[in-house]
Amino acid sequence: MSLTPEQVQQVAHLARLELKPEKTTLYAQQLSNILAMVDQLTAVDTAGVMPMAHPLELTQRLRADVVSEPNRREAYQAHAPAVDAGLFLVPKVIE
Amino acid sequence: MNLHQLSLTAMAEGLAARKFSSRELTQHYLDRIAQYDKQLNSYVTLTAHAALDAADVADTRRTKGEVGGLLAGIPIAQKDIFCTEGVRTACGSKMLDRFVAPYSATIIDKLHRDAGMVMLGKLNMDEFAMGSSNETSFYGPVKNPWDVTRVPGGSSGGSVAAVAAGLAPVATATDTGGSIRQPAAFTNLTGIKPTYGRVSRYGMIAFASSLDQAGVVARSTEDAALILQAMSGFDPLDSTSIERPVDDLVGGLGKSIKGLKIGLPKEYFADGMSAGVRSCVEAAIAQLKALGAVVSEISLPNAPLSVPTYYVVAPAEASSNLARMDGVRFGHRSQEARNLEELYKKSRGEGFGPEVQRRIMIGTYVLSHGYYDAYYLQAQKVRNLIYQDFKRAYEAVDVILAPTTTDVAFKFGDKSDDPVAMYLNDIYTIAANLAGIPAMSLPCGFSDGLPVGFQLMGNYFDEARLLNVAHQYQQATDFHNQSPKEFL
Repeated sequence: MSLTPEQVQQVAHLARLELKPEKTTLYAQQLSNILAMVDQLTAVDTAGVMPMAHPLELTQRLRADVVSEPNRREAYQAHAPAVDAGLFLVPKVIE
Repeated sequence: MNLHQLSLTAMAEGLAARKFSSRELTQHYLDRIAQYDKQLNSYVTLTAHAALDAADVADTRRTKGEVGGLLAGIPIAQKDIFCTEGVRTACGSKMLDRFVAPYSATIIDKLHRDAGMVMLGKLNMDEFAMGSSNETSFYGPVKNPWDVTRVPGGSSGGSVAAVAAGLAPVATATDTGGSIRQPAAFTNLTGIKPTYGRVSRYGMIAFASSLDQAGVVARSTEDAALILQAMSGFDPLDSTSIERPVDDLVGGLGKSIKGLKIGLPKEYFADGMSAGVRSCVEAAIAQLKALGAVVSEISLPNAPLSVPTYYVVAPAEASSNLARMDGVRFGHRSQEARNLEELYKKSRGEGFGPEVQRRIMIGTYVLSHGYYDAYYLQAQKVRNLIYQDFKRAYEAVDVILAPTTTDVAFKFGDKSDDPVAMYLNDIYTIAANLAGIPAMSLPCGFSDGLPVGFQLMGNYFDEARLLNVAHQYQQATDFHNQSPKEFL
């Protein structure tokens, strides 16, 4: 499978990554090479094989539904790019 | 003998006997870092004041007769992937260049708060642990102390360079596809990645959560065992942590390996490794036979599919894990954004380097509509086949032995323009991560003056046995005691 620069831009959009237009050709070539390497998987017969979820076949551990974390909002917001009155600020979403 | 050539046990004995204080020991390393690290770039953050304060605490406690653990007062350096409260934790990325962690990883608490070790600083690494050469770090590449024109390996490049050059007695590291073992092999160190779930991942910045595992790089197996013992154990804060007691790793060293069954997977000994690596690894096999091990050929037929499987599974998980870096709650925020979508896109476009961007895009692609079954689901099925190979192998043998790398450390720039060539570096190490088994690399000689390592892979939770085999080998050999001449 090889990717065109346009497909790379589409994948970058899905990943919310802005790529400089001059980089997409190189990325298209590199990503195509990676996918070509990965493509050998398609030849493997995996009929009847379950996809692996976890190497140790564990089940998810549950805990009691009680408060276990103290409120540390101020500490967690101290390094945020922009906050006001305990809220994270982003550019205006609704005009 | 210089302080930085002592084993951790000898350091502990020296501290206990008051031959030197923790402050003197800590200052010795800080002096060496000041003297040598400009050449190596192994540290990204030094915590000198806090280190000396912690050393004083250890010394005061000792003077008062409070008995600390064996590791109390001994310095260590931390890979900059582990959150350290109040200290910048950048993970090799511009994205987190100004991120001061608001809490500490469990292993940080275990090593410092519980064991009383002294943190010297935070170590350079490939960006978000994605790389095999330390060339993807936002903070610049780390140099290999054995030859500063060569890479130290990655992603734990800072960890190995610091320990190999005597700028830290020991260091933590992490391994998602070989990031402990490959750099350990390139720098003549002993590195172990334990069983998936053995060491808590809480506070360790996630790359590929089903593969990531923390471990240690050290100058000997005994040192590695001491630190791994202190790091290991169940942690309710990590949902994949295993609720199971930790074996006595240090006490388990010293058993004879007579009759130990070692398997050599023929797929790992086919063409692919250099003649220098082959002869060192073959000499290691002969040495283990001389110690009484019984060696036989085995087959891991699906192991050659490890690299393609990994480059679906790991990027898929990375694309999901790194979605949290969006310029809103922490990390880099673009100043150019006019709306919310631009804020996400520009912050991520500016904050992530090219290798991270490539992996996010591969991951996004293989998880996207129409490609999920062909790539992601198929890779998880092949991963199961790789896992079954190991399960079958361990019915017949105790330990699997293989080379760690195809060749010695390469030169800067040799592979950085060709992602696939870089990925193939990890051809021997990735399978252990996919299966979740413990694996380690240890020194077995030199090729053209550069270190060569070999790999031991164990069954689940068999760290004690792996370490004992490695220790027995190191009792009979001297390779691990060699240090790079420029940094004695």
